[in-house]
Amino acid sequence: MLAVDLPYWAQTLLRIVGGMVAVLLPAGSIVYLFLFKMMSFMQSRLGPMEAGPYGSMQLFAEVGKWLQKEDIAPERADLPIFRFAPLVVLMSTFLLVVVVPFGPDAYFTQFDAGVFYMLAVSSISTLGILMAGWSSANKYSLLGGLRAAGQLIAYELPMVLAVIGVVIQAGTMNLQQIVVKQNSDAIFGWHGLGFPYVLTQFVGFLVFMIAVQAELTQTPFDMPIAESELVSGYMTEYSGFRFLIFFIAEFATAGVFALIASVLFLGGWGVPFSWFGWDAHNIGSVANWMNVGGPLIMFTKMMVLTAIIMWVRFSYPRFREDQLQRFAWKVLIPISLVNIMLTAILKVAF
Amino acid sequence: MADHKKPQLPGLIKGLGVTFNTMVQTMKPKRFGGGAATVQYPHEREDPAPRARGVIALKEENCTVCMLCSRSCPDWCIYIEGHKEKRPPRREGGRDRTVSILDRFDIDYALCMYCGICVEVCPFDALFWSPEFEYSEPNIASLLHDKVRLGEWMESVPEPEPLELGAEVKGKK
Repeated sequence: MLAVDLPYWAQTLLRIVGGMVAVLLPAGSIVYLFLFKMMSFMQSRLGPMEAGPYGSMQLFAEVGKWLQKEDIAPERADLPIFRFAPLVVLMSTFLLVVVVPFGPDAYFTQFDAGVFYMLAVSSISTLGILMAGWSSANKYSLLGGLRAAGQLIAYELPMVLAVIGVVIQAGTMNLQQIVVKQNSDAIFGWHGLGFPYVLTQFVGFLVFMIAVQAELTQTPFDMPIAESELVSGYMTEYSGFRFLIFFIAEFATAGVFALIASVLFLGGWGVPFSWFGWDAHNIGSVANWMNVGGPLIMFTKMMVLTAIIMWVRFSYPRFREDQLQRFAWKVLIPISLVNIMLTAILKVAF
Repeated sequence: MADHKKPQLPGLIKGLGVTFNTMVQTMKPKRFGGGAATVQYPHEREDPAPRARGVIALKEENCTVCMLCSRSCPDWCIYIEGHKEKRPPRREGGRDRTVSILDRFDIDYALCMYCGICVEVCPFDALFWSPEFEYSEPNIASLLHDKVRLGEWMESVPEPEPLELGAEVKGKK
């Protein structure tokens, strides 16, 4: 597929560097632009201003600070698991970004069970959080871990169900194919805009974004890390670079989920194929510059979606535990089930 | 759960609007009436309220070494020393006058808790609140300030507020 034939080691290196960029660049931009700046502005503050122009180097200062700190583990902690848990959480982020297509040839891997793989892998982070909560030997951590487990499992379902609507409409689980479909399909015979699935799957998109908010444990769904009552929940006992890994994983996952949402609902890396006369059935006909333009388009869409995620995070107070569960089981899941039914009926009808 | 009110959607949207408007307001340049509530302190000086409780200033000539402030201080952070001196009588053939001279008036700002009881209790208007706040020191012992330093802060003490309309003026100051 690649235009240049690289040896295996070079491809591996390229993938590793690409993966690092695809995970760390969104995390960094989200933390600086939204967590530092947008949140401060929303509270009539300025945020970091001293490190670099407008505090733009603040992130390096923070990372440097965390790296210097002592790696403390509680005496009664289950050490191997305690040390491994943040890595499990970060690993699920890297595993997620693997299936995201950034351009016609710019992807890490693609296969027909992409959506299935994405949904399966995203729940690995739940395991990491449970491991962290249990192995910390701290009642706050354990409570946080259990709350996280309850919440993440409850919101995994609406997320899966919301995606099924897209899968039914696209007729494929291959994320690359979903992007191609969205950019080559026509709205009632009109090709000008492609057919981003947010138009027909708007309910699915809403449910997906709410579920993502909960999966990322961002406010209003931050019951597991509620600082005021659980002292950051499963992260209570973590310090230094292990906390840093949790921190990176949180925001990198936000970025990756936004990337996935833009692939599934907003047309992904593509521009409508009819603009340039590309052939939907032959992905090789897509111009090569899309391998550069695609990631940029994806990055823009990701930033818009994460801005919304963060905006909601900074605006709302947190749900109570019972409200949280009721919202998932009694509102989101029925809505997405109805959505699937309607999608299936319409798919057969048209 | 009879009177349980469900969250209302318009309220949620309104909440997003509040944060968004604040963000826009903060990002607007200062000359268009925007800007943050924050003052970038070391770069731009904050202007404290005129009657802010920054530091306690001493007007030395009013002090009679009566020790009331020192005795009423909950932290015992005021150190006063003085002695009495004879002065010639005002009128011919009178007795010598006795005058109290203030030798030492130190306030240990490492102990002071800014309660202002000393300012309240002083019967001779020798102690005042000054809005001055830039007197940090590299070590804790240097926070013990003597009467010269306390006297310098008198310059920043604002004029007393004008009396309310119809208030009785007691005595002469």
